[in-house]
Amino acid sequence: MSNKLVARISFFGALLFWVLFTVFDIYFLFIEKYEMNVNLAPIVPRIFFALFIVSTFSYYRLKIIKADSVNFIDLLWKIFMTGLVTTIGALGVRFFVYAFSSTSLGQNPVMINLLYHFLVGMIIIFLISTVVVWKRLILYQKSKTLLQLWNFFEYALVFSLGFDLLGNEFKSELYVYALIFVTGFSLVLSLNLKWIAYLNFKQKLKSILFILLSGIYLYHFVSTLLAFKETGLLIFDLYDNVLVMALFIFCLLYTTISVLVTLFNLPTSSVFERKLQEAVDFQKLSQAIPQGQTEEQTYDILLESSMSAVFADAAWLEIRTKEHPDGIFYLRGIKHSQISEVKEEMELGAIKDIIRFETTKLVPSNKLTGYLKRQDLKSIMALPVMVKEKQIGSLVLLQELGDAFNRDLVDIVVTFVNQASISIENFTLLSDSLKNERYKEQLKIAQEVQNSLLPDHLAHNSSFDICAFAEAAEEVGGDYYDILELEEDKFGLIIGDVSGKGTSAAFHMAQMKGIFHSLALRDVTPAEFFKTANKALSACLEKKSFITASYFWINTKKSELEFSRAGHVPAFLYRSDSGNVESLEESGMGLGILRNLDYDKYVQSSTVPYNQGDVLLLYTDGIPEAKNNVNQQFDFDRLKESLKKHSAGTPVEIRDGIINELNEFLDGVKLDDDYTMIVVKFN
Amino acid sequence: MVDIKTTKENDICKIVAVGEVDASSSIELDNAMKSAFETEKKIIVDLSGLEYISSAGLGVFVSHLEDIRSGINLVLFGLSPSVLQVFELLGLPQLIQIASTEEEALNKLN
Repeated sequence: MSNKLVARISFFGALLFWVLFTVFDIYFLFIEKYEMNVNLAPIVPRIFFALFIVSTFSYYRLKIIKADSVNFIDLLWKIFMTGLVTTIGALGVRFFVYAFSSTSLGQNPVMINLLYHFLVGMIIIFLISTVVVWKRLILYQKSKTLLQLWNFFEYALVFSLGFDLLGNEFKSELYVYALIFVTGFSLVLSLNLKWIAYLNFKQKLKSILFILLSGIYLYHFVSTLLAFKETGLLIFDLYDNVLVMALFIFCLLYTTISVLVTLFNLPTSSVFERKLQEAVDFQKLSQAIPQGQTEEQTYDILLESSMSAVFADAAWLEIRTKEHPDGIFYLRGIKHSQISEVKEEMELGAIKDIIRFETTKLVPSNKLTGYLKRQDLKSIMALPVMVKEKQIGSLVLLQELGDAFNRDLVDIVVTFVNQASISIENFTLLSDSLKNERYKEQLKIAQEVQNSLLPDHLAHNSSFDICAFAEAAEEVGGDYYDILELEEDKFGLIIGDVSGKGTSAAFHMAQMKGIFHSLALRDVTPAEFFKTANKALSACLEKKSFITASYFWINTKKSELEFSRAGHVPAFLYRSDSGNVESLEESGMGLGILRNLDYDKYVQSSTVPYNQGDVLLLYTDGIPEAKNNVNQQFDFDRLKESLKKHSAGTPVEIRDGIINELNEFLDGVKLDDDYTMIVVKFN
Repeated sequence: MVDIKTTKENDICKIVAVGEVDASSSIELDNAMKSAFETEKKIIVDLSGLEYISSAGLGVFVSHLEDIRSGINLVLFGLSPSVLQVFELLGLPQLIQIASTEEEALNKLN
C-alpha cells in the first residue's frame, strides 16, 4: 500500500472513529437520562476514542516528514498552523457556550457533551501533530540509545492507551503513577535539542515565536477543558485519560525547554553560523574538482573563504607556475603597488620566505602571522600553497586592526589551503592521466597498425616449412619480416631491424614494408634490392637512423639460397649432414649509412645450396644482445648451440625451444630491445 | 649508463666513453661528438671502456659520417672484440678509421 493511500485511510478512519466515539457517548447520555435498559459496555466509546487517536497518529506520521537542517522552521510552522486552526475551532466552541450559557440550549447536557467532543477532537489533532513534529526534531542526528529511548517512550504511550481503556478516574493512584512515569520519560527526551544549533539567528527568532504561540494554544486548550469540566455535565472527561495527559505534559515540557534553550542560544548563534560557513566553504573547496571547476575557480574559492573566515580586509593570492614564472595574482581589496610595499617591508622571517616563494619546509603556524607598520593594514598572515613539496603559491591575508589573527584563525586557513592544495594536485594528476590516456590510445592505434604490417600468413610450398616470432620492447617495434612468393619455386624472405626502437622505428619499419613489396615482386636480385632500397631510404631516414636487413631468395627448384646482408646480424644455416651451424657472413653495409652511390660498392651477394633437414635461422640483434641480470649477453654462440640442440624438430618446435632457452637464460629480466626470429626448415 | 670525457692536447681532441651506450645514453655521446665536430679537426675516440653499444649508439657515428667525408679526421680505438663485431657487422670499418691502440690512432690521424 502506498503511503498516500494509508494516509487517506487514516484520515477517514480518524473522522469515522471520532463520529462513532461521539455518537456512543451521547447515546450513553440518553440511556442515563431516560433510564433505558440497554446493556452496552462503557468500554465501547473508549475503544473508538483509542482508535481515533491511533488513526490520527498514523495520519500525521506519514504527513510530517523527517527533519533535516533546511526544514526545521517548516516543521515548526506546521505546529503553528495546526494549532491556529484547532484553536480557532476551540474558540468557536467557547464562544458558542458563552453566547448560549443563559439559554436552555447552553445548559443542555447533549449540547455540552457534543461541543466537548468537538473540542476533544481538535485537541487530539493538535497534540498528536505536535508530538510527531517534536519526535522528528528530537530524533534529528539521533544516537542508538536515543532511538531506543524514544521507542520505549512510544511503547509507554501505547501501554497508557490500553490502560485508558479500563477507564480511570482523574488523580486515581494508578493514574498518578502512570503519569509520573511518562513525565520522567518526557523530561529526558526533552533534553535532546540538537536541531537548535543548526538555526541561524533569524531562524531562532522565528522558532521562539512559533513555539511560544503553540504554548499559548496549549494553555488555551487546558483552560477550555477546565471550563467544561466545571459544568459537571461531562460524560467523558479528557482529564481521566493518562495518554492525553502524558502528551500534554510532554508537549508542555518540550515547548518550555526548547524556547529557553533557543533563547539562550541566540547570542552564540553568530559563532555557529560562522563555523557552519567554514564547513560549507571547506566542502566547496574539496568538491571543486569533481564538479569540473577550473584551477582558477579553486583559487577564487580559497581566497574568498579564507577572507571571510578570518575577517580579512584585503588579501592576495599569487600563483607561480612553469607557464607563468612571474606569478598570476588574485587580488581582493588591494592594489599591486600596495603588494610591492608589503613585500618590501617583510624583510625577515617565515612570512618573507612565503611571499618570496622560498619556503622549503613546514612552517609552524605561530610564524605565519605578523605586524605591518602601515596606517591602512596592520596585521598580516601568509601561507604557502604547497603541491608535491614545492611551493606554487602564497596566500596573504591582511587586516586593518593590529594583532587581528589568532591561532584558531590561522588553523582554519591552514586547512583551507591544504584542501586547495589537494584539489590542485588532483587537478594536475587528472589532466596528466588524461594526457597519458590519450597517448596510450594513440599507441594502441599504432600497435594495431603495426601488427597489420607483419604478415599473418607466411608463404611457403612443400619444400620448406616456416614460422616466425616477434616481440617488441615497447608498444610498437622496429623489427620487420616478410615472405613473398615471387614465382613458382622462388620466394623472397626478408628480415629487417630499424635502429632505435619505439614509434619512430615503427614508422621506418612501415617504409621498409612498402619498399619490400614494391621491389621484391619486380624480381630484383638481393644485391640489387638493397642498392635500390638504400637509395629510397636515404631520402627519408632521419640522419641518425639506419636499417639493417637480410634478404634471401629461396629457390626450391634448385634447392639453393641467394642472399645479401645489409649490415644485419648474420643468418645461421644448420647443416643436417654435418651437424654444424654456418654463419652466413657475406659482407655488407646497413641501409641509410652511406646515402650515395658509393653504397653499391659494399653490397655483396652469395649463393649456398641447402639439403633436406637443413634449418635457416634469421633473427634480429635483440636476441644475441639480450642480457641477463649479471650483464651477460645471450650471444651468438649460445644461439648457435640452441639451434643445434633443437634442429631435429619442426620449425615451431625449434622456435619454441630457442625462445624457452632464451627466457631461462634471462631469468625474468625484461628485454629492452625488439626481438624477432624466423625459422625455415627444408624438407 | 655512459661516462664521457673530452680532453684536448695539442690540436687533438680526445673523447673517452666508458660504460654502455644505449638509446638513452646515446644522447650524451651525441652531444660530445657534436661539440667536438663543431670546433675540432682531429678527433680520437677511446672506446676501450665501452662494454656495449646499441644500434642507437651506432647511429651517433653514422650521423657524423658526412662530417668525416668533409675533412674531419676521426679515429676510434680500443674497441673490445664484441663492440668491434657490432661495428663490422654494420659495415662501419669501411667508412670510419678504427685503430687498436691510442698510438696507432694518433699515427692514423697524420
